[in-house]
Amino acid sequence: MIFASRYSLLVTGFIASLAEPLQQACFVQATERQYIIAPLYFGPFLMSEPLVTVQSVSVTLGGNAVLSDVSLTLAPGRITTLIGPNGAGKSTLARLVLGLVQPDNGNGSGGTVSRRKGLRVGYMPQHIKVDDSLPLTVDRFLWLAAPGPTASRRAALERAGVAHLRRRGVQQLSGGEMQRVLLARALLRKPDLLVLDEPAQGVDVAGQNALYGLLKTVRDELGCAILLISHDLHLVMAATDEVICLQRHVCCSGSPESVSRDPAYHELFGPGAGTPNLALYTHDHDHDHDLHGNATHSHEHSHSHHHDHDGPCNHD
Amino acid sequence: MIELLLPPLLAGLAVALVSGPMGAFVVWRRMAFFGDTLAHGALLGAALGLALDISLYVAVVAVCLGLAAALSGLQRQRQLAGDTLLGIVAHTTLALGVIAISLQTGIQVDLFAYLFGDLLAVGWQDVIGLWVGAIVILLLMLWQWRALLSITVNEELAQVEGIAVQRTRLLLMLLLALLIAGAIRTVGVLLITSLLVIPAASARRLTHTPAQMAAVASVLGTASVLAGLAVSWFANTPVGPSIVVAASSLFVLTLLRKPA
Repeated sequence: MIFASRYSLLVTGFIASLAEPLQQACFVQATERQYIIAPLYFGPFLMSEPLVTVQSVSVTLGGNAVLSDVSLTLAPGRITTLIGPNGAGKSTLARLVLGLVQPDNGNGSGGTVSRRKGLRVGYMPQHIKVDDSLPLTVDRFLWLAAPGPTASRRAALERAGVAHLRRRGVQQLSGGEMQRVLLARALLRKPDLLVLDEPAQGVDVAGQNALYGLLKTVRDELGCAILLISHDLHLVMAATDEVICLQRHVCCSGSPESVSRDPAYHELFGPGAGTPNLALYTHDHDHDHDLHGNATHSHEHSHSHHHDHDGPCNHD
Repeated sequence: MIELLLPPLLAGLAVALVSGPMGAFVVWRRMAFFGDTLAHGALLGAALGLALDISLYVAVVAVCLGLAAALSGLQRQRQLAGDTLLGIVAHTTLALGVIAISLQTGIQVDLFAYLFGDLLAVGWQDVIGLWVGAIVILLLMLWQWRALLSITVNEELAQVEGIAVQRTRLLLMLLLALLIAGAIRTVGVLLITSLLVIPAASARRLTHTPAQMAAVASVLGTASVLAGLAVSWFANTPVGPSIVVAASSLFVLTLLRKPA
């Protein structure tokens, strides 16, 4: 997968990288809210206003407690990564942020989710299936998310490294290609918040580097918040501002460095995971590390957890 | 002859025109059996309309919407699959409809006309009603085209992108119910689904975009109505079934073409 393209998605992109306040102004303009004058001029001061606030939320799905007492704040310009073993509730938390899952509301103890008004969200699910009976090219698929000139769709696809797929039918795409197209679709919306579910799946190491590089560029250009889901702390270290380690509740959170030193993290992922000398900033890790090794975990809450994973973890 | 044939022709064309885009959505969303169930329910609606002496169209739309609501409620339980539920509801409502019609006293009701359509009996008043309905449905679909297509491609993506998924789905149900009410006179409750599904299925092999598929389905539908009426007139066959056979013949012809 080639991410060599440096074409700017926004015309303002280049200027934005020079002057952040100006970028914020342009971005507000791009969301067609010119009538709100204040953000145009005071945009930089509003940067810290959270986009989404999740406050002590619990979620029960089909009788199972999937999340309990989880809190999360997503601020503009920050990349947050959710990590945790399978079944830890990472996807559910992301879907909660997206509004696809509602908090429990029994006796008001389910917590609250608040979103900034007019929040534009780009979402990249792991995979979607479009019925074969629907004749839909990639180009039309993108048009559904953001009707506009063809050039903008071509630019978004080019960004995601799949410009050559524009006229292809969506049913003919491979899993990895579909993911790229979904990324292009999410970028096309010029989101305030970008949510990506396992973006590194099915991508080789070089592709992952390129992907995380791209996410950083996008964050810098749009000033958007990014929420990533990953199995794997190593992969996202270099590109993440904050890591949230999830096991139905928040085990630990903070900068990647602090999380990798946190005992709760080691308890969850097993000894030896995330030792500081992992060449985190080069992504040069080998695939035999035991980040997903067996971990027996019992917390102060009454649940205990055993995570099985035989063999080395595979990222493809 | 033309005074005799013109109202049925215009009525049939109105229904076929709307059936194109509507049928495309039925195919894309795999709602063929669902549409069939609503159509079966339409017989019950027609019977209620006769019993309560209210407009056939109003009664049918009301019953179809009630059924759609009941079905989406039933589908929340997980023990029985959707098609099982549809099978139960479809044939129960059909049976109830037949019983209700047979219980009508005083007027003689032609059950056959409801089951298989009686296009030749439509009058100018029906024609005007059908065309007004057809134009309203087409305009609504055009206005909500992107939302309708978005929820068809993926409801979660659509919701995240700010489309009112529930409302759009409700709109689609309402339009489908309206169409079924209008189509009873053309092809009857047992054959309505065919007018929805067959032209759209034929169009799939000929087109490259959703809008093209909807438009070509309309064209094929109107051609089927024309051919069916002609066959019916010259060979003295029942109109509704003749239209369906014409549509199927077109479908078979498209099979000869390599898939697009």
